[in-house]
Amino acid sequence: MNTARLLKQPCAWLPTGHDASITVSSRVRLARNRKDAAFPGWAGEEECERIWEELHGILTACQSLTEPLSVGMGDLGALDRQVLFERHLISREHAERKRGSGVVLRPDESVAIMVNEEDHLRMQCIRRGLDLVRAWEEVNALDSEVERGVDYAFSPQIGYLTACPSNVGTGMRASVMLHVPGLVLMNEINAVVKGMAKIGLAVRGLWGEGSEAIGNMFQVSNQMTLGEREEDIVSSLEQVVLEIVEHEKNARARLFEQREHIIRDHVGRAVGILSHAHVLTSKECMDLLSDLRLGLDMGIVHMQRPEVVNDLLILTQPGHLQKVEGRKLKAEERDEARALLVRSRVKKALQQRTRKKDE
Amino acid sequence: MKCERCKDKEATIHLTQVVDGVVKKVHFCEECAAQSGFDVHGPMSITDVLLGMSGEAPEPLPSHKSVEHSCPRCHLRRVDFKKTGRLGCPACYDAFEDQLKPILRVMHRQERHQGKIPERMKKEVENTQALGELREQLQKAVAEEHYEEAARLRDLIQQVTRRSNEGPSS
Repeated sequence: MNTARLLKQPCAWLPTGHDASITVSSRVRLARNRKDAAFPGWAGEEECERIWEELHGILTACQSLTEPLSVGMGDLGALDRQVLFERHLISREHAERKRGSGVVLRPDESVAIMVNEEDHLRMQCIRRGLDLVRAWEEVNALDSEVERGVDYAFSPQIGYLTACPSNVGTGMRASVMLHVPGLVLMNEINAVVKGMAKIGLAVRGLWGEGSEAIGNMFQVSNQMTLGEREEDIVSSLEQVVLEIVEHEKNARARLFEQREHIIRDHVGRAVGILSHAHVLTSKECMDLLSDLRLGLDMGIVHMQRPEVVNDLLILTQPGHLQKVEGRKLKAEERDEARALLVRSRVKKALQQRTRKKDE
Repeated sequence: MKCERCKDKEATIHLTQVVDGVVKKVHFCEECAAQSGFDVHGPMSITDVLLGMSGEAPEPLPSHKSVEHSCPRCHLRRVDFKKTGRLGCPACYDAFEDQLKPILRVMHRQERHQGKIPERMKKEVENTQALGELREQLQKAVAEEHYEEAARLRDLIQQVTRRSNEGPSS
């Protein structure tokens, strides 16, 4: 698989318009294992290869995947692995894997299956905005199709059996990605994170476990997988997310009321740097794009194509930058390439707006 | 909350651990935590927390289990699980049932699966439930000396058992 073709399409999880501003995307993933085999981390290389071959055959025949793309991790270069990781199609751990594991994708990237990550199967459906129910329904349908060919490890008492006991039961992790600069600027995010932990939800950064919350992006997900029906997990998570959205809207309103000039200055500076900088580190870029996104949401900045913020969020990632350049870049080279890309895209989006005004 | 060791400084390290199936909560200040051998800065594996903290030597197993037991199918040992936090194969859930039960209770606060059942397991799960109910009814019928009813139930139980032995929906 050459990931270059993926770069030409928007990520399945990034909004194409600017309608889903606080809830960026929703994801549901299921962990499944074969009944008669060791889990990938404990199985030998040969056993993993046999399982990958077998599951690969079953998955590529799935109708709901509509002519899927698939590749063994052993056949992927380092850059392609990174691109898949940045697009949320594989995990950081899976990007490190070699022969005997792989990934199968629906061409529109809305469904991705990792084979032999921590479990034999990690199937995910990812959708734009707050759309957990659809994401669950789609991955559930795929799971039902797959189980016709795979004898799953399942216990009537504790459900689907997984390599880590933290996934046992439904094997389901539902998560929503949120952009909450208001809560961060009003210093209310820590209280929200604590509150989430109390009700059994985990809050993580943009790239999942162990990743920092850069660009004011957070993922909220269920931690418990045993003892609750999938539909109930999804609906209670959705309720909580709606509450966070309300909090965020409140925080933004208060922010605007109490510190309007500071917010305008903040956003204005972000636009200035993004459209004129010649060196941009990944973190600075993410933070500034978050400010710009906030400015667009609050009507402080106007752009003809506000979705440029979403395009840039993914295109400025190290793997994507290097894939576009077609070669490995040093950190300083990446910062320059990033600034060049951002400068031209942001300027263009702003100019289009100005032209339209002049007309 | 004060540290429970020095009873002076504010407790900032809160741990829940399971030692021999007993859930214990500890609250330490950073200094006392470090002195007690907790690595307060490094990332901690979930099994370190859940199976009790390892000092230098692994804590002794109860004497009746003095031989380190392993999963009969994949040969994963308890120490392997402790090291990685991952089980070796689906059969490990039976092999380590005693150790896993309290872990699952802490992790999920629930013990029984509710939710999707694979199509080919549905019959088996339903049969297991139906058999349980029928056996209860049979006991009741015998106790009440309703022998005709008891005979009918016995036949039904045999039927259901035969059905589930025939294998999943094949």
